Amino acid sequence: MKPVIRKASLQVNQNEGLIFEKSSAGKAAWKLPPLDVPEVDTAKLLGSSERKDLGNMPEVSEIEIIRHFTRLSTWNYAIDLGMYPLGSCTMKYNPRVNEAVARVEGIANGHPYQPEKISQGALHIIKTLSEQLIEITGMDAITLQPAAGAHGEMTGLLMVRAYHQSKGNARKKILIPDSAHGTNPATAAMVNYAVENLKSDSRGMVDIAALAAQMNEDVAALMLTNPNTLGVFEQDIHKIADILHAKGGLLYMDGANMNALVGKVRPGDFGVDVMHLNLHKTFSTPHGGGGPGSGPVAIKKALEPFLPKPVVITKPDGTLAFDYNRPQSVGRVRAFYGNFGMFVRALAYIQANGPDGLRQTTEDAVLNANYIRRGLEGTYDLPYSTPTMHEVVFSDKLQLKKGVRTMDIAKRLIDYGFHPYTTAFPLIVPGALMIEPTESESVEEMDLFIEAMKSIAEEVEENPQTVLDAPHSTRVSRLDETAAARKPVLRWKPA
Amino acid sequence: MRYLPKSPADREAMLKAIGLRSVDDLFAPIPAEYRLTRDLNIPRQMAESEIVDFFRQRSRENGDGYTSFLGAGAYFHYRPVIIDSLISRGEFLTAYTPYQAEISQGTLQSIFEFQTMICELTGMEVANASMYDGSTAAAEGVMMAVRLTGRRSVVVARSLHPEYREVLATYATHQGMPLSVAGFGDDGRVNLKELEQSITPETACVLVQSPNFFGSIEDVAAIAEIAHKHGAMLVVSIAEAVSLGIVEPAREADIIAMEAQSFGVPLGFGGPYCGVIATREKYVRQMPGRLVGQTVDKQGRRGFVLTLATREQHIRREKATSNICTNQALVALMVNIFMTVYGKVGLKELAKQNLAKTAYAAAQFAKHGKVLFTGTPRFNEFVVQTSEDPYAINSRLLGHKMVGGLPLKRFYPELGNAALWCCTELTARSAIDTAVGLVAESERSVRSSKEEDVEEVAR
Repeated sequence: MKPVIRKASLQVNQNEGLIFEKSSAGKAAWKLPPLDVPEVDTAKLLGSSERKDLGNMPEVSEIEIIRHFTRLSTWNYAIDLGMYPLGSCTMKYNPRVNEAVARVEGIANGHPYQPEKISQGALHIIKTLSEQLIEITGMDAITLQPAAGAHGEMTGLLMVRAYHQSKGNARKKILIPDSAHGTNPATAAMVNYAVENLKSDSRGMVDIAALAAQMNEDVAALMLTNPNTLGVFEQDIHKIADILHAKGGLLYMDGANMNALVGKVRPGDFGVDVMHLNLHKTFSTPHGGGGPGSGPVAIKKALEPFLPKPVVITKPDGTLAFDYNRPQSVGRVRAFYGNFGMFVRALAYIQANGPDGLRQTTEDAVLNANYIRRGLEGTYDLPYSTPTMHEVVFSDKLQLKKGVRTMDIAKRLIDYGFHPYTTAFPLIVPGALMIEPTESESVEEMDLFIEAMKSIAEEVEENPQTVLDAPHSTRVSRLDETAAARKPVLRWKPA
Repeated sequence: MRYLPKSPADREAMLKAIGLRSVDDLFAPIPAEYRLTRDLNIPRQMAESEIVDFFRQRSRENGDGYTSFLGAGAYFHYRPVIIDSLISRGEFLTAYTPYQAEISQGTLQSIFEFQTMICELTGMEVANASMYDGSTAAAEGVMMAVRLTGRRSVVVARSLHPEYREVLATYATHQGMPLSVAGFGDDGRVNLKELEQSITPETACVLVQSPNFFGSIEDVAAIAEIAHKHGAMLVVSIAEAVSLGIVEPAREADIIAMEAQSFGVPLGFGGPYCGVIATREKYVRQMPGRLVGQTVDKQGRRGFVLTLATREQHIRREKATSNICTNQALVALMVNIFMTVYGKVGLKELAKQNLAKTAYAAAQFAKHGKVLFTGTPRFNEFVVQTSEDPYAINSRLLGHKMVGGLPLKRFYPELGNAALWCCTELTARSAIDTAVGLVAESERSVRSSKEEDVEEVAR
């Protein structure tokens, strides 16, 4: 058979070395204005602290820098190029107006310590975004300070601990379903809680009987992702909350999958006590090759005294201010106030959507995932038949008979012009293919994806070696990760 | 909604293909009693022009057009135009973490270059791909030292950024990591005697900042000697990265935890910034955060991958070195481009200009007020003690569209009426002269009112 690759074709690709390999003495991309104060004798001012040499720092011209990074950029896949179906990552369109407003002078150049009198604009943004996220989640209060999702988890669990401590017993452990993100147990460890695993039932949901059996006064909280990492909404969520609350425990929700819920249902209404959001997932701030993120934590009233400080308050004269007088606060989790630039972008996204747009976005995200599920059912094994929301998890069970695994299929997908889905996660599905299209994909793009996945499945049957050797059309083939880890080369050195 | 690429007919056709009658069927798994049957109570959809107007208005309320003498962990340096040109390319802006190496070589190679330049500048052997910011990097650096030494307590310099100390306290609370604080001497630097007395056989590390919060350059060699003599590690925090252009790096440190905001990252009211941890090669397996390494593909061509992932949460879960996942990649790219633009010579010249402006400003202030900690070398910050409350002086400066130095009462009540002033290459001499003039005026009026008081008493 000849594979049907309609989305992508090959193109000449520029080679480019490391920037250090282009450097030579005397080239420069900088020019400083003349000094308007007297020159100084650095040796006299700094003495033995004076630095003489900057080692192997590069010396290159501006055009070389532009070409260098532009060439590098063309070696990346991006949402701007096409569908990025990474499950649990919510790779949606990053609106450009967000970038434009984040660069408006007073917003980009505001100093975190400038007087509150001339910080009303920034405070207004923090307050408005806080209020809107509270409305969206159905919670009572929020902090925007955490820098990313995992940082939000830590902040949330610190508040959980402080809450229990205020009742006289910090408790010992956190229950975490076996389908959870790796950050959940890693976070619990950072806050000095023991992790106890919770099994999923045959539907891929929390096993209620197991939860009831494991729940006791030593459990501080359950960390639950809802919809979970299979894309399944925990239908017994009220029972889960009741079981926890009956023994004084709290329900923590990992909001990684909030893109399935916004405008349709609010975690605060179904019993959640603490949750974090990922502004870089649900609220369209760019992933930027791995960050920056922003991980606000929304909470119920009972946890409010423990919020990180400072919090924004309205003074009697109507102006906004930071309140540092929070005696029960868990403290600070970051210098200053958080990734403010991401607040600006998230607020611009909410403004562009309004209530109807946010609801339509959620509906489209769930519709897209179910369209793909329907399109690939039968071609790939669906380990759980439970209805799913914004993402769907297949397994490589059928392809494994030919010795082809999820990672091989993912690599072959690259040749078809797509970024791979999430591989080998969640851990409860051996050989998982975890697919989340988000609302940003058109019917045409998804049809191309379904077609590509079906074509690969055929290739597995007829010519598995093509899939095992993929990708074939990238500038590098599969890289030797074992060698990279065994003898790490983590920096360039002159020959 | 303008971001959604589907027509009503598309949605109908898709529902039909799935075999559903309405979109509500998709949400049937959610118990009916929890489903929202109303609109969210947020403002209606806004046009792009309205959104831009909204944020322009906020910008006008946010210090737009003010000259500032604030530093204290967030520095106003010039950002070459090409930084935003390049990071705005969708292939950088809208890419995910480079787990799929074959289609992420651009991000991976740029991180590898970033790691290399951070090593060159800090004098360390390995650097990670970034941490959230300088404060969390310092806390994670300390936790790394705790893992490496098997000891638990930590000695922190009082001259470390007060908010970094607060963050460390939050991280340390529940990990059974007792903190003790070593004060500063009359020269504004860590009191070495006090430092040595604070170290016990249980001390995992000493954490200092250099240049420290007051701008003074610590005697890192002496601090390292004391720490190492007692089997403790030395973690050095750097908040002002431009100092690395002219100040000898802390080569004696075991771990450097820095904030790279000064390298091309906008002030942005405190974030996003770019933390980094750098250390010795032998400690790399206890380092938190992502790392890029060089390797080869099947044909032997050079390529880059995320490596040593067995330290990380997605592999090790509760046994990971940290829970960090998302980092500050795009901000690290800004830093990378900035370092490339200035390079070996430019960074030094840039740092020299900072030094010259500061030397000038400090000398001018010293003529009228008291500049503290003068005996030791400093980079681009200095503390001015005044007779009048600096908040009062600053409110007069605001009238001249100027933001004066940071009043230190909140953090260091023992310094009285003191403020931390900062100059960078962007601080104009005329602005310095105006600010000095206003401080001089304040000193004169306090002095003359004192003289009046004396006359009163005499009468």
